[in-house]
Amino acid sequence: MKFKNNTLALDATDYEILESLQEDSRQTYTAIGKRLGIAHSTVYDRIKRMEKYGIIKRYTAVIDAEQVGGKIITAIMTVFTDPKESEKVAKILCEAPQVLEVYTSLSEELQIIAKVFAENQEALHAFIANSVAPLPGVLRIRTSMVTKKFKETQFSVANDPKKLTFIKEAHNKIGENKP
Amino acid sequence: MREETNSKILRTLPREKAFYFFTSIGNYTGESAASLKEFVEKTNEVNVKSLEFHLYRGDFEKWIDETLEDKELATEIGGLRILNYSGTMLKEHLHNIVAKRYEKLSGNFKIV
Repeated sequence: MKFKNNTLALDATDYEILESLQEDSRQTYTAIGKRLGIAHSTVYDRIKRMEKYGIIKRYTAVIDAEQVGGKIITAIMTVFTDPKESEKVAKILCEAPQVLEVYTSLSEELQIIAKVFAENQEALHAFIANSVAPLPGVLRIRTSMVTKKFKETQFSVANDPKKLTFIKEAHNKIGENKP
Repeated sequence: MREETNSKILRTLPREKAFYFFTSIGNYTGESAASLKEFVEKTNEVNVKSLEFHLYRGDFEKWIDETLEDKELATEIGGLRILNYSGTMLKEHLHNIVAKRYEKLSGNFKIV
């Protein structure tokens, strides 16, 4: 763990701690330390520092929405907007409880892509017709209903490109050091 | 009294009360109508798929009855639904009904 330009540069141990926490954030410092072969105090120090510098944002629970709320539908909504109004539209969408994720994308036109959920198709349509279409700057909307989910995951250090580069570099170094 | 009712039906509504044309669940065409006059124009312009989608869901009747507050026109459109028209036939009939109603209420006896 080093500082580069006032940011925390992570090393292999940090990545391993993060990976371990992403698998189960309720495990103890001792358990993580045992697993990684380091002292629990090292684990504690590194975790505290990563919390302080915002690398670890929060600890949360992953909930199965269907188990909690029964059968719900998920849809990917693409909102084509007037570029002048897109920021406002995106912010309003962020406030809606039906909206899970909001992104902007610029291909030929400026688009806002949002993942939304509703209890049924009628509720989804009512939300889009009454709360999204009337927003100033909305030009048109395309919505695709999700029929089958193949993968859903959070960002993980396991697939962080920086970590992949790090591993590659580490492997190269090992190679260089070989007699 | 009648003039008052007519002008109420012919008023322009705020944006959030306008009718928004969709072609299917969640697919907004970008077209909307905030008055009966605009609604007449849009029934002639929007994709016929949108007209079919809304007519058979009862969206036109509901908006005209509850938002524009024109029960007579809402009933007439409800009657069109029973006829099971689709495509150009539906578009022509629907446009005809709303255009005639607009002409009658506005006293503007021109083909819109």
